[in-house]
Amino acid sequence: MFPRPIEKSAPAARAGYQAFLPVALFIWLLPLLAIFATSIRGAADINSGNIFGWPTEFALFENYTAVFTQSAAAQYMLNSVLITVPSVIISVSLACLAGYALAIYKFKVAVPLFFLFVAGNFIPFQILMVPVRDMSVQTGLYDTIAGQFLFHAAFQTGFCTLFMRNFIKALPFDLIESARIEGVKEWRIFWYVVLPLVRPAIAALAVLIFTFVWNDFFWANVLTQGESAKPITAGVRALNGQFVNNWHLVSAASLLAAIPPVAMFFLMQKHFIAGLTLGAVK
Amino acid sequence: MSDLSANQDSWLTRNKLSVAPWFFLAPALAFFAIYVVIPIFESISLSFYEWNGLYAPDGSSTAVWVGFQNYVKLWDDPNFWVSLKNNLAWLILYMLAVPAGLFIALFLNQTVPGMRFYKSMFFFPFVISQVVVGLIFGWFYNPDFGVVGSIWKALYCEETTNILGNVTFRCSRNAPDILSSPEWATYGIIFAGLWPQIAYCMILYLTGLNNVASDQIEAARLDGAKGWKMLWYVVLPQLKPATFIAVVVTVIGALRSFDMIAIMTQGGPFGSTNVLAHYMYEVAISEYGERYGYGSAVATVLFLIMLVYISYFLWRMYQDEKVSR
Amino acid sequence: MFRTFNLTVVAAAATALMASTALARDLVINFDDLNPGPKEGFETAVEKFKAANPDINVIVNINDREAHKTAIRNFLTADAPDVTSWYPGNRMGPFVDAGLFEPIDDVWEENGLKEDMAAIMPTMSRDGKIWGVPYSYYQWGIYYRKDIFDLLGLEEFATWDDMLAGCAKMKENGVTPFTIGVKFLWTAAGVFDYLNLRTNGYDVHNGLTAGEIKYTDPRIVATMDNWETLINECGFVDNHASMNWQDAIAPFANGDAAMYVMGNFSVDGYKNAGLTADQIDFMPFPTIDPDVPLAEEAPADAFFIPTNAKNKEDAKKFLAFIAQPDIQTEWNKTIGQLPPNAKAEISDDKFIQEGFALLNSATGLAQFYDRDAPAEMAKAGMEGFQKFMLDPSTKMEVLERLDEVAADVYK
Repeated sequence: MFPRPIEKSAPAARAGYQAFLPVALFIWLLPLLAIFATSIRGAADINSGNIFGWPTEFALFENYTAVFTQSAAAQYMLNSVLITVPSVIISVSLACLAGYALAIYKFKVAVPLFFLFVAGNFIPFQILMVPVRDMSVQTGLYDTIAGQFLFHAAFQTGFCTLFMRNFIKALPFDLIESARIEGVKEWRIFWYVVLPLVRPAIAALAVLIFTFVWNDFFWANVLTQGESAKPITAGVRALNGQFVNNWHLVSAASLLAAIPPVAMFFLMQKHFIAGLTLGAVK
Repeated sequence: MSDLSANQDSWLTRNKLSVAPWFFLAPALAFFAIYVVIPIFESISLSFYEWNGLYAPDGSSTAVWVGFQNYVKLWDDPNFWVSLKNNLAWLILYMLAVPAGLFIALFLNQTVPGMRFYKSMFFFPFVISQVVVGLIFGWFYNPDFGVVGSIWKALYCEETTNILGNVTFRCSRNAPDILSSPEWATYGIIFAGLWPQIAYCMILYLTGLNNVASDQIEAARLDGAKGWKMLWYVVLPQLKPATFIAVVVTVIGALRSFDMIAIMTQGGPFGSTNVLAHYMYEVAISEYGERYGYGSAVATVLFLIMLVYISYFLWRMYQDEKVSR
Repeated sequence: MFRTFNLTVVAAAATALMASTALARDLVINFDDLNPGPKEGFETAVEKFKAANPDINVIVNINDREAHKTAIRNFLTADAPDVTSWYPGNRMGPFVDAGLFEPIDDVWEENGLKEDMAAIMPTMSRDGKIWGVPYSYYQWGIYYRKDIFDLLGLEEFATWDDMLAGCAKMKENGVTPFTIGVKFLWTAAGVFDYLNLRTNGYDVHNGLTAGEIKYTDPRIVATMDNWETLINECGFVDNHASMNWQDAIAPFANGDAAMYVMGNFSVDGYKNAGLTADQIDFMPFPTIDPDVPLAEEAPADAFFIPTNAKNKEDAKKFLAFIAQPDIQTEWNKTIGQLPPNAKAEISDDKFIQEGFALLNSATGLAQFYDRDAPAEMAKAGMEGFQKFMLDPSTKMEVLERLDEVAADVYK
């Protein structure tokens, strides 16, 4: 293990390390703590510039209620859910199929196709912007929930396929081979042999894609105009325009926007990190 | 009829291994082609047109072919060069996230009680939307209402009353207006962007450190290696996959930087914090934009830059593929 | 050929029929202001329209002003409402040129608007047709803290020299003469427009925004020289580049700054910041060259009918409705602006009274730099103004750059 395990050091160093940890964390998360502290202050503190001092009044409940009652935040949150969940389901499903095809079958274009998905995953959004926006406008998908999740699903399919293909490739091939020898149909091999084995990969992908899509801001700007289809990220920006100088409300709204991916991360931490690093290390 | 179907069956059965993958691939390929592959070519072709994005009421496009004119314009456009220069600044400075992430990962790579909690809390900034990070730091930097402003007031300003008897501040020097300074604004945004990116690199390294062979470390330790030497000669070589991917995601992150700029400065003051990604958006669909062809030319340039990295990445993958066969 | 044509007509008629039965008298209106005052004014007018036309199902989409500016470019083709708010002048140009707006000369004709709104008709016209109905316009000028002026013994400035002298007095007493927030650029254009209108007059403003006059023209350089004088001898609040126009109200409300070059929509903002009507007052931008006739900025807000609207008949009914004097009277009382309809009454609000007098005596009405100039030019111009305000020594560099942009825009 590197660096040398702290428990082998002198007790003083160990105590020092343990004491320093929370301090380091405090500094690291200072921006977040500051915005949380702001989100529970009353308007008076904000106007008088009391940012670091003890709040003169606690307005946690009032502020967070105000975000919902004075703006379309509830609608934005719901939109985010309606955009994110189908994106995850579609992209992960498509990737299971495609990843299986690319990992198990040996055919000429398997590697080029695989590279196509990988490359697509890295391209700048801007090269897609005008045509995708235009296509959405033409097909009536502009400013709709579906218009957004269809795009996200398609785009994330690249990353998911990269991930799934590598995961399935690492499975023991004998399993599939023996199933084939027993005459099991290809579709059934996928369904009964491979799918149960890739469950951890599905979980990992699901949390990752959830976070990526939830945090999308660019496409929300490109593909929506009004309140009805805007997700919370773009919504927070709209609120920033609406609550000018009401930093306590903007802070509260920002934190609300952050809650779902954060909750997802803490609930599914193991899968999340496995996902990031497995997709990564390969 | 029955003959035919028998024939078909046998053809299918005979060729099932070459037909089956296409069934599995078709839906993903279709989606990917419609939303990713084809639009790339459409954008490139659009970069040879002048178009204000409007259609006539009957739905016909108002685009006009102009050849390479958009690229010629780009060459003479100071905003384009400023954006490109800022992209470079992003690329270089964003790379700090890699060593910084490694440093924090090393710091946290211990087994004391509650370590899991600390690790996940350090990772926290990566999970939050960049929009939120941008808002937080925008408020941080604000010289009047933000954190910088408050600190400045405490240090350099005294509270007095103005002509009307209201409380005001007289400052011995002006508070730094980071996001409105053409020199500093980009660095202010990059600094904010580093926060989540360091967290990302950290988690990659933490996982990498888990897989470092402890026997090699112990052996090196017996040979008297420690500190920097140990890190450089023993640990880092083993972290190579993690480093590779940390560099890849950081490059991509730097070139994709859009959210934070849109939130914090919208490319201002006077375009000095623009990067290609944001400049493209600005010329194409912001309030004073409506130049789709020109925007597509900017996007094409950005795409070509990214293509260099993509090709390198694919080449690396291809080498691995050859080995694994 | 004829057959095909016939078929198309039949098909089109069938679609139209189906559409109209499906959307039985829906009237979709897109409006672009979420601020409480303007929103209330609009909604009240819509309520009255509904009461007068119970058989029409009015559907309202209200968007943020900035968002609307982006969104309209799509919805006019893709998902057209029956009525949308937009701006006259060059701002409606691209949509008119692409055939996306419906000419509504008949609405003006049938409702006598050519007489009642004669003053504003030129800005609503393009290619010899009329394209929209304005519901409101407002004056620009200098809003100032009357209490500070009284304390310093200052009067409203009639001339440039008065103003410079007044500024000196303010600075002696620790008051910053002007507040401004140029983060979103357009506020600086207001200052530029007034300096230019007072230095060179209305024709030069129009010539510049139409691309007939160069930015390095001595007349424009003179305007910029005056701006430099204004920055040096009067001065603006610190950090103005990181503030939007609402942020900039704070130092004004606190009494740290005494004047604000703004449009009348800002009065709501002052009042919300705790200022009372007797603490603030309005003065026209002072004369710079006494030989230049006074022209003013008076941007109008209007409603238009997209070509792709489904229910044009009721849309025209709505436009005619909001052109009525009584509707315009009440609407503009709510939002504190001026009714374009000459038969409408104005409230006894002093800003409105002063604005009404000012605009009636003006020799020309400018829309605004970013509405009179094409979008690409306006963007470059306003970025240049922002750059100049942060560092006046960049003046010639900025103007030369604007000439380069202009050469490309007005080719």
